[in-house]
Amino acid sequence: MDLFIQQVVSGFATGGIYACMALSVVMIYQAIHHLNFAQGEMAMFSTYIAWQLLAWGLPYWAVFPLVIAISFVGGFAVERIVFKPIENAPVLSHIVIFIALFAIFNSFAGFIWDFTIKAVPSPFGDGPLYPGAPIGTHQAGMIGVTMVVLVMLWAFFRFTRMGLAMRAAAANPDSARLVGVKVSMMTALGWGMASAIGAVAGVLIAPVVFLEPNMMLSILLYGFAGAVLGGLTSPAGAVLGGFLVGIIENLAGTYIPVIGGELKLPIALFLIVAVLLIKPAGLLGRRTVQRV
Amino acid sequence: MSNILEVRGLEASYGDLTVLRGIDFDIADGGVTTLLGANGAGKTTTLRAICGMIRRKGEITFEGKRIDRMSTENIVRLGVAQVPEGRGTFTTLTVEENLQLGAMTRPNDKSIHEDIEKSFHFFPRLKERRTQQAGTLSGGEQQMLAIARALMLRPKLMLLDEPSFGLAPLITKQIFEILADVKREAGVSMLIVEQNASLALGIADHAYLIETGSIVMSGEAKAIREDESVRASYLGY
Repeated sequence: MDLFIQQVVSGFATGGIYACMALSVVMIYQAIHHLNFAQGEMAMFSTYIAWQLLAWGLPYWAVFPLVIAISFVGGFAVERIVFKPIENAPVLSHIVIFIALFAIFNSFAGFIWDFTIKAVPSPFGDGPLYPGAPIGTHQAGMIGVTMVVLVMLWAFFRFTRMGLAMRAAAANPDSARLVGVKVSMMTALGWGMASAIGAVAGVLIAPVVFLEPNMMLSILLYGFAGAVLGGLTSPAGAVLGGFLVGIIENLAGTYIPVIGGELKLPIALFLIVAVLLIKPAGLLGRRTVQRV
Repeated sequence: MSNILEVRGLEASYGDLTVLRGIDFDIADGGVTTLLGANGAGKTTTLRAICGMIRRKGEITFEGKRIDRMSTENIVRLGVAQVPEGRGTFTTLTVEENLQLGAMTRPNDKSIHEDIEKSFHFFPRLKERRTQQAGTLSGGEQQMLAIARALMLRPKLMLLDEPSFGLAPLITKQIFEILADVKREAGVSMLIVEQNASLALGIADHAYLIETGSIVMSGEAKAIREDESVRASYLGY
């Protein structure tokens, strides 16, 4: 039983990583109704920028908001420069560009900062939360920040006009234009926000997994799994899904001998397939009801 | 009476298919104008062209200002609201959020809330369903919501695309009674595009007849209603 609780708690801690990334995935899905395969690489790039600023001696709590702002502008710019010109192109063209962005961010990070791993400090310290705790101060801090981001997102979409306009633009672009919403601007804002949330995720994840150009590969996959499990239309679902993926992954690794440490990643894929088969809207996702 | 909208030589096409072949018409300020025609005559395309939702050629002047080069969002900001084909409901948002969206271009103040209450007064059915997902409303309720949403803009000109489409005769009658109220109380100019000619001519001051992309007849609604050929092909008696 002790082992079980221990594994659940440590799964919860890893789940915090996935939850944060899943939020970023949900954000971009909200804006463009696709999953951006380069989301993880963009987050990784943001993290390198944070590392660079820290290396230049800026204090952590100045770097944190600065990187979020830079990433927001970066995401916004990617949409304007790369995706705006192909607005009406078929989905496949978009996917090709996602993959291109993936390669570009990945290689540029390696080109600029080389491929050796770098340590990113944690603002929350790296000891256990209390003596003998299965969860460290950093993990606890990361979960806290994820929750804050979640609440901010929820409030933004629920209570602000801009949030409502973004939801409208995603739900029915033609109609949104007819009430005066600048739809293409909303898409760009969605990219900016997804990129900013990705930066938060990257900077918080880096102290755990170390910074290198491929650090986000598997994490993005778990983030996708979390978002799909919780529901791609629901930020709260994404966070819940992220935690669940962390816990499931840990328990499966502990109790199913075949899986062990090496076969954990397929669990994410297995979860995605299972959710799509059994409950495609995800745990908290909204099923769209439509009368005709 | 002066004209709020003047259209000259409007052309539009989808790819190789020409839909509008240079049409001219006016909408009088404060009046209701109707554009009648059969399926595929170009009615919806005309509305989409006015709002800049498709490529168009020709001159469109709204309150003396050329709008044929403007984007949809900016045309809306001038006070042109459209109740689109298929009602344009934001199905995943609540009824109240749909109404708030109608006022998106207005400054954010108390008057928006007052106008929402006013719409609920006009459409009590919507009030009962204010927190429901709009996609769960019946066709008639969605049509009411579309009209209420358009009114939230406090428009100077309202463009309505087949408000009777897919509705039971009784509901259609209600909708047109509401439009008559709107005409009387709010003084909004309207362009109503319809297949149901007798209903549309009942509310309109002026009518145009469109056939395969060209205006073939225009005149006072009353005169059009009494015209023999119109009666035979559109009114069916």
